[in-house]
Amino acid sequence: MTQLNEFTLAQARDAIASKQVSAVELTQAHIAAIENARALGAFVVETPDQALAMAAAADARIAKGEAGPLEGLPIGVKDLYATKGVHTQACSHILDGFKPAYESSVTANLWRDGAVMLGKLNMDEFAMGSSNETSFYGPVASPWLPAGWSAEKARAAAATKDKKGLLVPGGSSGGSASAVAAHLCLGATASDTGGSIRQPAAFTGTVGIKPTYGRCSRWGMVAFASSLDQAGPIARNVRDCAIMLRSMAGYDPKDTTSVDAPVPDYEKAIGASIKGRKIGIPKEYRVDGMPEEIDALWSRGVEWLRAAGAEIVEISLPHTKYALPAYYIVAPAEASSNLARYDGVRYGLRVAGRDIQEMYENTRAEGFGPEVRRRIMIGAYVLSAGYYDAYYVRAQKIRTLIRRDFETAFAAGVDAILTPATPSAAFGIGEKTNADPVEMYLNDVFTVTVNMAGLPGLAVPAGLSKDGLPLGLQLIGRPFDEETLFSLAQVVEDAAGRIDLPKPWWS
Amino acid sequence: MSVDQATVRRIAHLARIAVKDEDVPHLQQELNAILAFVEELGAVDVDGVEPMTSVIPMKMKLRPDAVTDHAGADVIVANAPAREDNFFTVPKVVE
Repeated sequence: MTQLNEFTLAQARDAIASKQVSAVELTQAHIAAIENARALGAFVVETPDQALAMAAAADARIAKGEAGPLEGLPIGVKDLYATKGVHTQACSHILDGFKPAYESSVTANLWRDGAVMLGKLNMDEFAMGSSNETSFYGPVASPWLPAGWSAEKARAAAATKDKKGLLVPGGSSGGSASAVAAHLCLGATASDTGGSIRQPAAFTGTVGIKPTYGRCSRWGMVAFASSLDQAGPIARNVRDCAIMLRSMAGYDPKDTTSVDAPVPDYEKAIGASIKGRKIGIPKEYRVDGMPEEIDALWSRGVEWLRAAGAEIVEISLPHTKYALPAYYIVAPAEASSNLARYDGVRYGLRVAGRDIQEMYENTRAEGFGPEVRRRIMIGAYVLSAGYYDAYYVRAQKIRTLIRRDFETAFAAGVDAILTPATPSAAFGIGEKTNADPVEMYLNDVFTVTVNMAGLPGLAVPAGLSKDGLPLGLQLIGRPFDEETLFSLAQVVEDAAGRIDLPKPWWS
Repeated sequence: MSVDQATVRRIAHLARIAVKDEDVPHLQQELNAILAFVEELGAVDVDGVEPMTSVIPMKMKLRPDAVTDHAGADVIVANAPAREDNFFTVPKVVE
């Protein structure tokens, strides 16, 4: 018999609906899986009592015939989402002890629909990172292993504090991706500012979607870069992502940038024909030094979509190469402003000083990790008098050009764009941390354009690298046309065939 | 453009982040690596291009000017690292 935590979210939903399994049983199976997988470091806080209480309430609603679309389905929540009375620190030292008195709109939507919270998931500090190594709570290991590693060797490495040699799950939503890939939860909330949903999904053989800017409310999400941040799910297949996004999305009067438009039933888009859909292949994504296996994966993706009836056209997005540098002006600028609130007065850490000024400076020096300090300082610099026009205004103009590139392609009839999700497969923990910070930033080269233009982007596993590690493709859609992405991604998922997630070596 | 050590100290002060003397050289190096990375943006012709202000065209919404948060002062100060009654306390700022 299948272990209950090996169900997909859709299978679990159907098993609950047909009364084969109760929400409490399903939740207990996941709680046990989490306890056995602490070596991965995916969860920073486990909430088993709350989970079982929510599951019991779900079972009661099911018995009364009042089940919601996610009734009794246990999920994980990225530490970036405010959860009432529960640890919410965006994995930063500066938010020590913070327990919000309110619930984020996205998680409130999930609980409204019956989902069960298993705990809070590890992430890069304030979502700044591509490997989950900037977390105050330590790195997360991917359940995937480097080529040739035995379970024994992996367990020994996982038992060490720095987990060196194991693979990163990507970031910033590394805890979410690792937990989903290791079957610790049916799905997880994540967030994406430059690739933080799609890159970890690609690294772990899971599916992640960053919806259109404004599709999900940002209220109650710890802010990093407000014009780029967007919530989305990571799950084990395309259908599960569609189910979760439907519950997460929706208009929220508390976020003025959330869009007042009905949320479609995304699951209905799964299995829809893609015949005649026009798919753009942007030539600028064929970057210098791209590994041959990524190029081959991309070509296979093109063939799969063509075989399913799509029309493939080459397109040009000429400002692509400027997206990542422009991002590293816009995102730090917004971060330096958003993170000004962490001053040791209203919440979190306070480090004493001789006067209030020194108290601020000491608190922020100790409370923020090196990557966050670096980005705040870059942001302060590009916004400072004399540099604002040369850096920030110029970057925002380039953002207009990036968006215009996509608009031109869509105006020419392109329905969606296919690209690789990442320039490589997952790398090792500790492999890139001492290098130039820019080397880490290059992970987001294919994903960041989508945030700069506010578009929806989905990463779907499409094959394995020569070392047996997952590789993903990215689909980019028109604004608010997530449905087309789900239809196309299902075709890729079906064509790629089953990618077996790793067996649990950690327990 | 690149920053010198005096500028690193000035930025750190603007950002309200204490920086130790021995950390200034490598911070300078890291910040300059990022600034070198963004340098190529100078080559883009942005004449007549409007800077982006909203990534998805949307009209700013208005709401009635009414109190919507009834959390209460005790809830608001509950997470403060230092407080007295329903006040946040900070080091003395007025002599």
